[in-house]
Amino acid sequence: MKRFVIRRLISMIAVLFAISIATFCIFNVIPNSDPAQRLAGRHPTKGQIEAIRRQWGFDKPVYTQYAKMMEKIFTGDLVSYVSQVDVDKEILQDAPRTFSLAIGAAIMWMVFAIALGLYTAVRAGGFADRFLTVLALIGISMPVFWIGALMNYYLGFKWNIFPNGGYVPLTEDPLQWAYHLIMPWTALSLLFIGIYSRILRSNVLDTINDDYARTARAKGLPERQVLLRHVLRNSLIPIVTLWGLDFGAVVGGGALLTETVFDLQGVGQYVAESIAQLDVPPVLAVVMFGAFFVVVTNTVVDIIYATLDPRIRLT
Amino acid sequence: MAIEPATELASAVPEAIVAEGGRTRVAGLAPWRIALRRLRRNRVALAFGALFLVIVGMCLAAPIYADQIAHTDPYTNHLTEQITVHGVKKYVVAPSGVPIGPTYSGRFFLGADGNGRDIAVRLLYGGRASLTIGIGAALFTTLLSIIAGMLAGYYRGWVDAVIGRLLDLVWAYPVVLLGIALGTALALGGLKIGPLQIDGESKLIPTLVIAVIYVPYMARPLRGQVLALREKEFVEAARAQGAGSLRIMFSEILPNLSSSIVVFLPLLIANAILLEAALSFLGAGVRPPNPSWGTMIGDGVERIISGPHLAIVPGIMLVLNVLALNVFGDGVRDAFDPRARVRASH
Amino acid sequence: MTRVEPILRVSDLKVSFATDQGLVRAVDGVTFELLPGEVLAVVGESGCGKSVTAMTLLGLTRSPNARFAGSAHYGDTELLGASDAELQQIRGAKIAMIFQDSASSLNPVQRIGKQIAEQIQAHEKVSDAQARERTIELLARVGIPNANKRVDAYPFEMSGGMRQRVMIALALSCDPSVLIADEPTTALDVTVQAQILERFRELVAQMGASVILVTHDLGVVTDIADRIAVMYAGRIVEQGSLDEIFYDPQHPYTWGLLGSIPRLDRPRPKRLPTIPGLPPSLANRPQGCHLRPRCPHEFDQCAKTPPLQSRVPAAPAHLDRCWLSCDQKRELREIEPGVIGLRRKHEVELTKGGAGA
Repeated sequence: MKRFVIRRLISMIAVLFAISIATFCIFNVIPNSDPAQRLAGRHPTKGQIEAIRRQWGFDKPVYTQYAKMMEKIFTGDLVSYVSQVDVDKEILQDAPRTFSLAIGAAIMWMVFAIALGLYTAVRAGGFADRFLTVLALIGISMPVFWIGALMNYYLGFKWNIFPNGGYVPLTEDPLQWAYHLIMPWTALSLLFIGIYSRILRSNVLDTINDDYARTARAKGLPERQVLLRHVLRNSLIPIVTLWGLDFGAVVGGGALLTETVFDLQGVGQYVAESIAQLDVPPVLAVVMFGAFFVVVTNTVVDIIYATLDPRIRLT
Repeated sequence: MAIEPATELASAVPEAIVAEGGRTRVAGLAPWRIALRRLRRNRVALAFGALFLVIVGMCLAAPIYADQIAHTDPYTNHLTEQITVHGVKKYVVAPSGVPIGPTYSGRFFLGADGNGRDIAVRLLYGGRASLTIGIGAALFTTLLSIIAGMLAGYYRGWVDAVIGRLLDLVWAYPVVLLGIALGTALALGGLKIGPLQIDGESKLIPTLVIAVIYVPYMARPLRGQVLALREKEFVEAARAQGAGSLRIMFSEILPNLSSSIVVFLPLLIANAILLEAALSFLGAGVRPPNPSWGTMIGDGVERIISGPHLAIVPGIMLVLNVLALNVFGDGVRDAFDPRARVRASH
Repeated sequence: MTRVEPILRVSDLKVSFATDQGLVRAVDGVTFELLPGEVLAVVGESGCGKSVTAMTLLGLTRSPNARFAGSAHYGDTELLGASDAELQQIRGAKIAMIFQDSASSLNPVQRIGKQIAEQIQAHEKVSDAQARERTIELLARVGIPNANKRVDAYPFEMSGGMRQRVMIALALSCDPSVLIADEPTTALDVTVQAQILERFRELVAQMGASVILVTHDLGVVTDIADRIAVMYAGRIVEQGSLDEIFYDPQHPYTWGLLGSIPRLDRPRPKRLPTIPGLPPSLANRPQGCHLRPRCPHEFDQCAKTPPLQSRVPAAPAHLDRCWLSCDQKRELREIEPGVIGLRRKHEVELTKGGAGA
């Protein structure tokens, strides 16, 4: 176990390194334009551009720029090109919002996916199954930003059932916190419920007629116990890992569409805005934060998987 | 898979569950015929497949519609114009800024947007953009994935390691994030690799970006299959007959990948279309004033308070399209691997 | 002799499944009785319906496309139509089953002790500790060493033989009166097979349970069976005591089965005798006697289904489904002096003169 964790730590460092280089390249090497000119605004003089170039170090070779930026990230000294705000502080402010969105949505989608997946599997082939499968497919087919915007408009703005975007910190008022997050949670979950319920349905269908389920019935166990204690439990094991991965991805900025539509000012929204402005420092920082989180989540998920399924040996 | 999707676990999760791709058949053509027959019996899947083709057809006919029926093009602003609807003269865009609603007649069938452009025309042209990018990206992903998966799985060793690391790198980013990063960066100055030059405004940029992003999702399962296939007896037999590596890869292994690819493709196209919409919505895909369903939704959401139908209409088109692909793709997958279904009574 | 009450009475059992290819008659009219304390072996090749018969007794073949006819009485209960609640009471506690593939028949992520304790606690009100104790006892009885350590093992940590012993322990855990063993040793190698059969026989005798042993292996049968029922294409074609079947087989199919066993105590035959041809497709069986297309001794009468009845004067309990007279059978069944088997069809034509009609 110890070796496994150490190996993961090493690979995490490698991943962070690779990602930071790749991100840096995307913004500084690929675009065929001059960052100093972009920062300078409209009609700059040559002198202004030169000054900016020197100030931000754009006159130095690429690898020096990269090294400098990495240094700044780790010393917490990183400042945005555009708004002069300390990037790390901004991320710290935004992270709880993203976490709130991620955790609530993750629980919501898991609960509904299990219920839906199990129900459609048990009633497979019947009308309920086909109807709910179509619903799940519709859920997968809707872009989250579209359904989110419509929810916001109808439920928030027009009919005033839910607040129109915005965020209330958990520590301030838990009820309002949840109240404001219900719509984003739902919008984000719809997609995952669609995916996960179908995966679970497929897994359950595979296991429900497996030999050991038959043995369980031959033991005289009631069908409900067979379903819950044997079939469902075994079907959920591979899903737990997927769930962890999705959760990690969402925290790492993957929910930026939902955050933008509902104006939650989370990490995802922050990085989306930064990218649009070609503001490299926040992007770099968020991407690394996200990658770090994903690796940690992956590792935790792998460990959980090994505890649930004793046949798996951690390598 | 979706816009904010899972990343696959690199270790022990069985690929049959995660990958959603079909299973490998080693025999030759017969599985195709069986699958085709099964698919033909699945009327729901076929109906949705037809729906997809109808939408594609409509969008291909966009120029005809624009020319003959709507008498305008997707870019022209008719801001200050007035048209006659059912005998009543109305402003295309009222002085208050509210554009005209659906007229259900030739001009402005679905109404106008904030800039006085014909929504129906933009919808069809936008469909052309979204569909070309989506389908193009999917095809390109398939091509790259076959190459990557084949090379990695067949040669293994350091080739596999290098390709594997590249795939991991792409995979480590959340999909939309990578999309807008690449999309924005490339849109600035275009792509210049040696002799290859692509203009930043070109639709090829989002196509390539989306294609590259999805490669790991397809290349991984394919690589796994290639790894298994190369150990099969028929490969050994081909080698004993003197076939070279390239020959083996193309005439022995590739045909066996075909069922996986066919199962994967509709879902891939669906996801590519969704990703394009997301990127365009954020401004990192199709650039204005070019229409795409994503940009139209973006425009509509911006002005949603003045009238939600601007956002609803392109969204519905998008959903119908993607749903059609998903249902059809489901049917294709069932046709190739019906194990997952339980038949009720006959 | 007073007649002992049979513990299980199966009468004209029919099980069919509706499939894409039509109606599959897996079990086509099976009748037998199981007496207390006896071991009845049901023998036949793959697809003859023996497993389906066994599983139907516990209601394990129920599904939306399954159709049942006939009856299967266990005590007062009619198993075929029993409610879920009734079945749950019977399964494991009164009638228990040992499955063939122990690797897939045990929950791979649950400890074996837990799996046995679960059955005990489903039928009896015992505490976790008591259930565990009983489990350890059972494991020791079936011959698993270090039972108190092994009780916490996972199935994948055990060898095939060990796992099969676990399956036996599981089946015996609630002291059932009927044990159904479906190919219990097929997945094991020969030496392990012998050990496990030995232990199994001891335990069964100790507990006084009746056993239905489903197998295709006649060697296994000779070790422990009291009576044998030979099945072919969904029907019982011959039924009798161990001696009757082995020394006086009445049905051509049985001759074929017996003839195909390689024997160490006989000189090697020129060709390994097999039963020529293939069993009929499950959906499309021939009219009358199912063996007709493959049987070299068939004649016009065979177009009518022969009833299962005794045709041996001295053995009223020895039943078979062949129209030939007992004398004809005794003549035709030897392909070489002292060697019982089933000839090939064209061979019989050539040596015309001995065959019936």
